[in-house]
Amino acid sequence: MAQTFRLPEGGQIDRAQSLGFSFDGGRYRGYGGDSLASALLANGIHFVGRSFKYHRPRGIFAAGFEEPNALVQLGEDPRTDPNQLATLVELVEGLAARSQNRWPSLDYDIGALNNLASRAFPSGFYYKTFMWPATMWMKYEHFIRHAAGMGQSPRERDPDRYDKTQAHCDVLVVGAGPAGLAAALAAARSGARVVLAEQDHLLGGALLGEAEATIGGAPALDWARAAEAELRSLPEVRVLGRTTVYGYFDHNFLTLIEKVTDHLNRKPEHLPRHRLWKLRAKQVVLATGSIERPLVFRDNDRPGIMLAGACRTYVNRYAVKPGTTAVVFTNNDSAYGAALDMQAAGIEIAAIVDLRREVIGPMSEAAEAAGLPILADHAIVATEGGRRIKRVRAAPMDPSGGQVYVSGEPIDCDLLAVSGGWSPTLHLHSQAKGEIAWNEELGCFVPGEARQAAHSAGACNAAFGLASCLAEGATAGQKAAAAAGFKAKGRKKAAPKAADHGFLPARWLWLVPSDTPLGHGGKHFHELQNDVTAADLQLALREGYRSIEHVKRYTTTGMGTDQGKTSNVNAIGIVAEATGRAVPEVGVTTFRPPFTPVTFGVFAGRDVDELLDPVRRTPMHGWHQQAGALFEDVGQWRRAWYYPRAGEDMHAAVTREVREVRRSLGIMDASTLGKIDIQGSDASELLNRIYTNAWKKLEVGRCRYGLMLGEDGMVMDDGVTARLGENHYLMTTTTGNAAPVLAHLEEYIQTEWPEFDVYCTSVTEQFATISIAGPNARRLLAELTSDIELSPNDFPHMAVRDGTVAGVPARVFRVSFTGEAAYEINVPSSFGLAVWQATMTAGEKYGITPYGTEAMHVLRAEKGFIIVGQETDGSINPIDLGMDWIVSKKKDFVGKRSLTRSDMAKPDRKQLVGILTDDPAVVLPEGAHLVERVEPQPPMAMLGHVSSSYYSPNVGRSIALALVKGGLAKKGQKLTAPLLDGRKIGCTVVDPVFFDPEGDRLRG
Amino acid sequence: MLLIPCPYCGERDETEFSYGGEAHIERPKEPDKLSDAEWADYVFMRPNSKGVLLERWVHSHGCRRWFNVARDTLTYKIHAVYKMGEKRPRVPKTDYV
Amino acid sequence: MTARYSIFSLLRNALSYHENWPAAWRSPEPKASYDVVIVGGGGHGLATAYYLAKEHKITNVAVLERGWLGGGNTGRNTTIVRSNYLWDESAALYEHALKLWETMSQELNYNVMFSQRGVLNLAHNQHDLRELSRRVNANRLNDVDSELLDARQVKEFCPIIDLRANGRYPVLGATLQRRGGTARHDAVAWGYARAADALGVDIIQECPVTGFRISNGRIQAVETGKGAIEAKKVALCVAGHTSVLAELAGFRLPIHSVPLQALVSEPVKPVIDCVVMSNAIHAYVSQSDKGELVIGAGTDKFIGYGQRGSLPVTEETLGAVCELFPMFRRMRMMRQWGGTVDTCPDASPIVSKTPVEGLYVNGGWGTGGFKSTPGSGWVYAHTIAEDRPHPLNEAFDMNRFVTGYLIDEHGAAAVAH
Repeated sequence: MAQTFRLPEGGQIDRAQSLGFSFDGGRYRGYGGDSLASALLANGIHFVGRSFKYHRPRGIFAAGFEEPNALVQLGEDPRTDPNQLATLVELVEGLAARSQNRWPSLDYDIGALNNLASRAFPSGFYYKTFMWPATMWMKYEHFIRHAAGMGQSPRERDPDRYDKTQAHCDVLVVGAGPAGLAAALAAARSGARVVLAEQDHLLGGALLGEAEATIGGAPALDWARAAEAELRSLPEVRVLGRTTVYGYFDHNFLTLIEKVTDHLNRKPEHLPRHRLWKLRAKQVVLATGSIERPLVFRDNDRPGIMLAGACRTYVNRYAVKPGTTAVVFTNNDSAYGAALDMQAAGIEIAAIVDLRREVIGPMSEAAEAAGLPILADHAIVATEGGRRIKRVRAAPMDPSGGQVYVSGEPIDCDLLAVSGGWSPTLHLHSQAKGEIAWNEELGCFVPGEARQAAHSAGACNAAFGLASCLAEGATAGQKAAAAAGFKAKGRKKAAPKAADHGFLPARWLWLVPSDTPLGHGGKHFHELQNDVTAADLQLALREGYRSIEHVKRYTTTGMGTDQGKTSNVNAIGIVAEATGRAVPEVGVTTFRPPFTPVTFGVFAGRDVDELLDPVRRTPMHGWHQQAGALFEDVGQWRRAWYYPRAGEDMHAAVTREVREVRRSLGIMDASTLGKIDIQGSDASELLNRIYTNAWKKLEVGRCRYGLMLGEDGMVMDDGVTARLGENHYLMTTTTGNAAPVLAHLEEYIQTEWPEFDVYCTSVTEQFATISIAGPNARRLLAELTSDIELSPNDFPHMAVRDGTVAGVPARVFRVSFTGEAAYEINVPSSFGLAVWQATMTAGEKYGITPYGTEAMHVLRAEKGFIIVGQETDGSINPIDLGMDWIVSKKKDFVGKRSLTRSDMAKPDRKQLVGILTDDPAVVLPEGAHLVERVEPQPPMAMLGHVSSSYYSPNVGRSIALALVKGGLAKKGQKLTAPLLDGRKIGCTVVDPVFFDPEGDRLRG
Repeated sequence: MLLIPCPYCGERDETEFSYGGEAHIERPKEPDKLSDAEWADYVFMRPNSKGVLLERWVHSHGCRRWFNVARDTLTYKIHAVYKMGEKRPRVPKTDYV
Repeated sequence: MTARYSIFSLLRNALSYHENWPAAWRSPEPKASYDVVIVGGGGHGLATAYYLAKEHKITNVAVLERGWLGGGNTGRNTTIVRSNYLWDESAALYEHALKLWETMSQELNYNVMFSQRGVLNLAHNQHDLRELSRRVNANRLNDVDSELLDARQVKEFCPIIDLRANGRYPVLGATLQRRGGTARHDAVAWGYARAADALGVDIIQECPVTGFRISNGRIQAVETGKGAIEAKKVALCVAGHTSVLAELAGFRLPIHSVPLQALVSEPVKPVIDCVVMSNAIHAYVSQSDKGELVIGAGTDKFIGYGQRGSLPVTEETLGAVCELFPMFRRMRMMRQWGGTVDTCPDASPIVSKTPVEGLYVNGGWGTGGFKSTPGSGWVYAHTIAEDRPHPLNEAFDMNRFVTGYLIDEHGAAAVAH
């Protein structure tokens, strides 16, 4: 079948470009410029999908983004896309589309049984059943889930790339129909930076679908092409086609999605598939047009029933006949234009069924003059046809308007073009919190006052005539540019001449009566995608779901992929009528972003895989990799975890590293510790107020350990701070808290103590830090430096010295997190690797052993040193840690007052203790909980949890730290750890220092 | 995405800033003299206003300076920004419930 | 009279074209006075009314809702239900709620579609593993079902997850609560409303509360858009507005109200059969019975009553989802929205008496509100009826911010506040 329904000429298509595509396995051809929908229609295919709930056959209904029915699955994994609108998919060579929501095939769908039983499935039926027996719900749900859903999610990793970009402009114009083009021209001519965004790939909007319109005496499309050419020639104008403005956020921030390569046969490597534009506009002109509404009549969902405007678009833009014999059903004047264009294209117009009592209006009069058969004051009361409409029945309306009493005359047709009026596309206006008002005459919601710098123009502002669109667009463009600071240049150009008729007069009848009562046979769908009928709305109202939001949620109307673009106003009208309220009293449901669905991938953009979050590596990272280290993530840092040798597992490697540090010498990369340089005459006072202990008497050249609290009294961070000069300190923080601690300091300095003379600078990445620890640490350092005195008297524990290490200027701290004599050598980052290598070379004779964070954890746990974030969790104060020795009684500091609140000093708070298992070989899992009494079954009262737990080769057994209720008073007491695997481990509460409690080694 | 006019750098996207909660809550000079309730009031209790709120922001990915903002917490409109220590601006009264 | 819902009543009504279904609840005008007035017709308020009537036989109760039932956070959340909280106090409260969830459809005779499909909480680093182990151990000893999975078991339970052994956020393990899952959020409000109404509770919509009459430190009445209504007791249950109403009653709370956003994809056939949450990269994903991927995002950082989210949070969340599920990069966001969540400094709620006698407050649930709905209503009803907390909510007194007895659940909350 070769495009039987293609007109011999016309249309915005490229007949030279013949494109092959497939639908459900069948092979067809279309032309360049076709949408998938127009190509299908050219091949006589209307029936393309099954509806969500009843699996009824559905056809192409619209020609644009408002399409509720024609959703298809494109392509194959990994590049498959569900729920694509056939009306928006640009045809490319080889395109493969499948119908959705049917099994085994579109023609024979098992789910269609739902339709037979549909009477038992009104809206909300699932709330009323599937409750017995209770245990069966998961089974029922399985079937419900499989019956629901639409297309198939991709199952493989998406190979395509996405991108994001930022932009600013003076005026953003949304939509390139006549109003948008006029606005963009007016704004651009003033010199303003203009972005014009159009979701279609052609500019022109509604003009693309019209044949007769003229502007300035010439075909309207000529004007649009001239406008486009002028805009593209201006340097301050950016025209974005295939770009949908999907969101309008606070402070005039808009988000655009540009489809960059979907339409390309060969997709260049360098281009992303989609691009997210983050646009801050000074002013916005909304020229988003309007959406045609269907009429709600009995069985109005068959394939071959289409919006009249869409039929017109297919005829004029795509040169496709959507049928051979058409009936037009309308309540307003606009469908007559469609009827005339269809007739001109050779489609027989069997009848125009008009709900209006009299046929008046410019288009209908023209149709009458052209001899089209018109049935005024008639309604279509029934339709027939399974996979394609084949007949309608039209009956005269009762004078009351609300009823039809006769079954009417059958009229054969294969196309039913429907128009129920037009709704301005208010989505963006409403997203930007603009007000919405009801216009009774136009039968639609119209934009009220805007809340942001937005101007609605054209059909989205209820200006439905072409001349009004052009005039409003030009005015809005000028106003927007002027508000952005650009005065119109030269003489004001008069708006080009055009005709100006809208769709009035109209007769608003939300529910078209039938010769049977509503819901008694036949279905009046107002929402096609989710299969919601007018009877469903009335049922919801009957059951007390009266708010429009309740109606929406109970019936699911407007909750499909089209978000109710063609159905919402009809739903509101039906609800208003049924409840005797005026439409504005019913109100609208909220317009939420996105305007049309947006691919997840663009939100990630390039921030995927390794780039999802920056990875921070130390200057020695490459060395660790070569040494075979495994790494762990600590915040954004990647730290060497342990260095397994051939044949070693983690336990063996860590045990060796831990042993070697205590036996001879270990080396660790401590560069990730946060380092904050603090200078100023109030530096000491700052530390005094931030840390729990006193700082003023610390001598220059000495270091001190400090504990930092939040104002709630809970431990926030700890670290060693050195006094480098009278007014100069270097603070270290934990790896993860470097940024929060700096922010904490700045907050207090700038907002509480602005009188302070003190400056804080992060120098974390300026220095590489090499920690050497063990009995041979001093000997090794002596070989690397000649200008630092190392004897314990000259360079005692907790001191700092400047000098040269391995020929590099260095700052050396004698501090220890292992309990061994240890030095932290800080050198400029760029020298980090060189000094590390020099240290390794010099340390060879001592068997220097690189150790990672795991060995460090074991070593410090042997000493009972805490790790913030492991022994603390935001609920632990210094007293809980047994660190009252570091809490000043004299001075105030951040968090001090909280420590004396009644619940903070209670003896049964969780306190830090050591735990020894009865069996020294058993290592408790971290996170295990301790109980006093083991119950046969949970629940059982817990005393606390194991925060750190290791096998300690130096102690020769397992050790653990725990936070235990009233732990300090429980030393020596037996507790039990009931584990997840059922074991119950006996253990004893002990002091948390397991190794060298006197600290001789550290001072040695 | 709010557009916040930093008084030192000019208008910048919200993502460059961190939030500091309500402004003009001064840390008590002598916390020891406060009752537990008064201290809790300082640390935790806030009006959490719906309407124009004087609040603190810091331009953490910019100049790192703290400053005050008068922002409507319902409409998100920013009525004024002012530096630490400057006088509170006049702001419209809001009466949302 | 309320009709009982069942497959039989459904079929019977099908014969009469569903034209004879009665209203699920009445729409009465408010009486001049009530024993208890509950301010807020969301899930918590309606559940409170139901349990007041059912458990405490207090039926002279009105629920005042300024808009429509369930229009606040009840109708805006991502519907996740679980009880695997860290601290004893929270675990007990949420577990009580979970037990009520398990019988809710039958109890209310309204199918809330509580789907116990299992909730995974992922660990991406050693720190996460340690924290999750702690949580599972605590849960188990509190008799809350909870399992610790290694990476292989995670893959078995949720085959489409990308473990990304070498990726930026590899999946190293997870906790699994099999009894956790999802429910149909609107149905919870409607089910409680219908059941409370059947017990005599007056549900009054479009009735905003504008003030309180308090004399001698005792509540007397509430001022509303429909006039003053006297009440012996008044119970606040207004997530997203707790501070605003507390201010009207003359006291302050330690609450910040921040925007929390969520989004759904277009509906697809079943592709993910459990709930997946990642604390570290701020994302939670499940699939609704309709087929949409339901994705929870983080909070905006500032106080905001605007009930809308902003782009940076969407970017962060969908970035995380695309990392965990690279196959979802081609899926499309269909709808996004925001709610306003009241957060406490310790990420735990307040269910408490207040400085005003006869006035009670229930709020500050942060992201935990939906899952707690039945438990919250149950303990709140007790607190109101007895004028003292139930042991389950004793610890959630607002006085804990004075004494320092905080229940820090930042680790268990889905997002850091």
